[in-house]
Amino acid sequence: MTHDGIGAPLRRKEDRRFLTGRGRYVHDIVRAHQLYAVFLRSPHAHAEILAVDAKAALASPGVAAVYTAADIAGKINGVPCAWGIVGRDGKPMKEPPHPPLAAGKVRHVGDPVAMVVADSLAAARNAAELVQVSYKVLPAVTAVAEAVKPGAPQLYDDVPGNLCCDWAVGDKAATDVAFAKAHHVAKLDLVNNRLVPNAMESRAALAEYEPSTGEYTLFTSTQLPHVARVLLGVLMLGIPERKFRVVAPDVGGGFGSKQVVYAEEALVTWAAGRLERPVKWVAERSEAFLSDAQGRDHVTHAELALDRDGKFLGLRVSTLANIGGYVSTFGPNIPTNLYGPLLAGAYTTPAIHCEVKVVFSNTVPTDAYRGAGRPEATFVLERLVDVAAHELGLDRVEIRRRNLIPKDAYPYQTPVMLQYDTGDHAATLAKALELSAWSSFAERRAASAARGKLRGIGLVTYIEACGLAPSRIAQQLGARGGIFESANIRVNPSGDISVITGAHSHGQGHETVFAQLVSELLGVPCANVEVIHGDTARSPFGLGTYGSRSAAVGGAAIAKAAGKIIDKGKKIASALLEASEQDIEFKNGAFTVAGTDRSKSFAEIAGAAYTPPPSYPLETLEPGLEETAFYDPVNFTYPGGCHVAEVEVDPETGVTVLVAYTAVDDIGTVLNPLLVEGQVHGGVVQGVGQALCEDCVYDPASGQLLSGSFMDYCMPRADDLPLIVSETACTPSAHNPIGVKGCGETGTIASPATVMNAVVDALAQYGVTHVDMPASPQRVWQAIQAARLRPVAE
Amino acid sequence: MYSFAYYRPASLGEARALLGQIEEASLLAGGQTLIPTLKQRLASPDAVIDLKGIGALAAIERKGEALVIGALARHAAVAASPVVREAIPALAALADGIGDPQVRNRGTLGGSIANNDPAADYPAALLGLGATVTTCERSIPADNFFTGLFATDLEPDEIVTAVSFPIPRRAAYVKFPNPASRFAIVGVFVAETAAGVRVAVTGAAPCVFRLPPAEAALARAFAPESLDGLSIAADGLNSDIHAVAAYRAHLVAVMARRAVRQALA
Repeated sequence: MTHDGIGAPLRRKEDRRFLTGRGRYVHDIVRAHQLYAVFLRSPHAHAEILAVDAKAALASPGVAAVYTAADIAGKINGVPCAWGIVGRDGKPMKEPPHPPLAAGKVRHVGDPVAMVVADSLAAARNAAELVQVSYKVLPAVTAVAEAVKPGAPQLYDDVPGNLCCDWAVGDKAATDVAFAKAHHVAKLDLVNNRLVPNAMESRAALAEYEPSTGEYTLFTSTQLPHVARVLLGVLMLGIPERKFRVVAPDVGGGFGSKQVVYAEEALVTWAAGRLERPVKWVAERSEAFLSDAQGRDHVTHAELALDRDGKFLGLRVSTLANIGGYVSTFGPNIPTNLYGPLLAGAYTTPAIHCEVKVVFSNTVPTDAYRGAGRPEATFVLERLVDVAAHELGLDRVEIRRRNLIPKDAYPYQTPVMLQYDTGDHAATLAKALELSAWSSFAERRAASAARGKLRGIGLVTYIEACGLAPSRIAQQLGARGGIFESANIRVNPSGDISVITGAHSHGQGHETVFAQLVSELLGVPCANVEVIHGDTARSPFGLGTYGSRSAAVGGAAIAKAAGKIIDKGKKIASALLEASEQDIEFKNGAFTVAGTDRSKSFAEIAGAAYTPPPSYPLETLEPGLEETAFYDPVNFTYPGGCHVAEVEVDPETGVTVLVAYTAVDDIGTVLNPLLVEGQVHGGVVQGVGQALCEDCVYDPASGQLLSGSFMDYCMPRADDLPLIVSETACTPSAHNPIGVKGCGETGTIASPATVMNAVVDALAQYGVTHVDMPASPQRVWQAIQAARLRPVAE
Repeated sequence: MYSFAYYRPASLGEARALLGQIEEASLLAGGQTLIPTLKQRLASPDAVIDLKGIGALAAIERKGEALVIGALARHAAVAASPVVREAIPALAALADGIGDPQVRNRGTLGGSIANNDPAADYPAALLGLGATVTTCERSIPADNFFTGLFATDLEPDEIVTAVSFPIPRRAAYVKFPNPASRFAIVGVFVAETAAGVRVAVTGAAPCVFRLPPAEAALARAFAPESLDGLSIAADGLNSDIHAVAAYRAHLVAVMARRAVRQALA
């Protein structure tokens, strides 16, 4: 048997159906007599709703119903938040109601105001145009720095200053002491630009209701079907879990935007029950730009205190985080708990204090977007380290070497909550420098200069926290539920295996990698293992997939369930082989009496479990071979590593081209190197997108989204990118039984800062010390122009 | 999309007759602007008259010192045409750089110029080469054809049938693409023709325009250095989130120099 367990570079099982067009997404599911829903959305960023008149729409041909806030009042509860945070004063965040359809006021362009349900999509669209909404337009505020100013438009009467929460982490007094004795303080103001997630499959929901049983089924493009069932069913609609099945079929990308629970999903479900017909809604791309939870959007001032030798003494960070018009499912948690504690990075900085003002504005709500808080922290820290190196005249590699956490200092307790388990930053740094040919950069810079181009190189040494999350810690930080994962391993009578995971794949490749894991643990061929996910009727309660948790938490749950299977198999084997249970060894897919050749194959044990032979002790041992495990991690996992980027800038036009990229990531045990490489590539490219081209721009006066389509929102394309060199290192995680750390977000966490450090390096000869993202041609050209006009300081 | 009547006439005469009969009719060539506009419900014509049934309008041929391209010639056909590549390689290259393969296999020369999108590429070639537009009624010099933002000299019932491009001694088109849409933020077409040097700019302003100071400088010496110090006023140029007017003005000069260099290469 060829090895297809842990570490085998297997191609993905699921790709056959994806590449041949046989995937089954929500849009592919068609029900007899289904109705089509269209949402009428606010054209204004901020307005009072004076009146809604749906009479003409209701009379329009083919219309089954038109619903507004008045129709659902008291029938559908507000969209809930799953993670409430607590401010530095000990008070909970401000959590104003989030009505599924705007009631009284609209708070961003795209806020849903009415739902039209009709026999056809065209009929629903025609009718939606007939819904008359009269608005009193109010002044809007979209920029976070403006929203906190006195006199800014206020989104909520009872949220003064638009301040959702004033949050902080770290020891302020200790940090002040560190700054007082600093030899040098490096300072930096920066913006982390807002992004639109743009999963390839737009959001979609199809709900049906069976009146004879009162059962609802919702097919929805989500990352967390069980969580969605609780939030939508129990909290919003009053449907008990036993009567509500949520299915996430094939899902074409999420990146965090589909770990959010949305009003549309609840409304479609409710309408299906009321109309007793299936109701389907598929977001158009332009609708996705106006309604999918967006990412990032920080304005930050940061200061780093250093001693004479360039050792970091203290870090002070003050951030304004824009969470948009409403509190999203995990919205307030992202720029706080997933941001501040990450500011220690890979360094031994002894004192850190971070304060974050979480602020409402007239924009689409923000929530998790691949990396979720951690790219923002890495961007602040790694840009600031470069600024400090520049100001102290220290080499950028050297300043990092002096401050990296040494390998023998692990486990390492940071001053901002986290305890890192394992890592070897000196090794990943050395490897990345070697692979990127860092030491011969000067030659490449000279070659570029000969062609009139400015070449820059940049690096980042990073660490991140993923594998969300230890329930105990998460709940202390405000999570309103546990964050464990479940697995069910069902050994079928013939010995093949169904694995049902509470995690959810929307591109990650779980059907392959979890089969590999089970193949390794139970010694059966990978081809004999089928992975099932995404259906609350089939899997035990699970939390879904986000925060690079599937392998670390979901995989650990599978490992735990596999351990139970082996334990039971040993009991069965001991009876069949007439040996003591303690003498049974499980190895290479067989149960053997230690020191003998007496053995039963895995399939024989499975067969005996379902067709008990006379020797099977039914009085003391249940038949069957199926085990469920719930795994709650002891801590986060901490992937880390070093990335290097090289860019070439055309000084005449400002065009910046990424010409080389090297990623060395310590992600612990590698389950499948092919899938890891794909995750790293995708993550890096998503971060490069933020660094060089993606930008969600609102018009400050009107609050309109100016980058509302791919005509203006620039996604990175294949021809924008060089070959990405990806290598992994492995210090196994001590925080889970399989030693994995997670690889889904490393690329997105490290690459924005890496690319921007290279861009600033390219422009250093002009005296440019910082460029905000994205480094678009215009912005780079303007930076060069501004530098040329500025007198040289030194 | 709202409902509309669809016609597919077989001749130019039939198409003109329909245009005369129907109150609000839109002509459909490659549909690269019309179809998205209809899908977004931004237009609601009573009828769409599809010109693609008129086969004679897609010809590409050399006629003496001119290259004549039918209005329905697709960008991909122009890009791949040996006749175009030999006579005006810059025009073939321009066509090869419009949109993406899907756009190039649907979009047409006539559709592009009749729409006169400020960021379209073809208008720069027509103006830069001093082409002549032929319609079912008359001939219109490019200098008179493009009149403003999405506006041309065409009468409501007038249909473009072909464009005649004088064959230049040398020419080149260089564009600076919008990073998102890849439409031209600035595109500059330079040509040294029998009638003199012409420089046309697209993308920068509401309508394609000529650059007389650059033309004069290049007439003295057709070399990139002739444009050193060329300063373009930002007044009247387009501004958006990708490029403010001052940046566009700067790019016009840079693209003009690069176009001259490319024409000489």
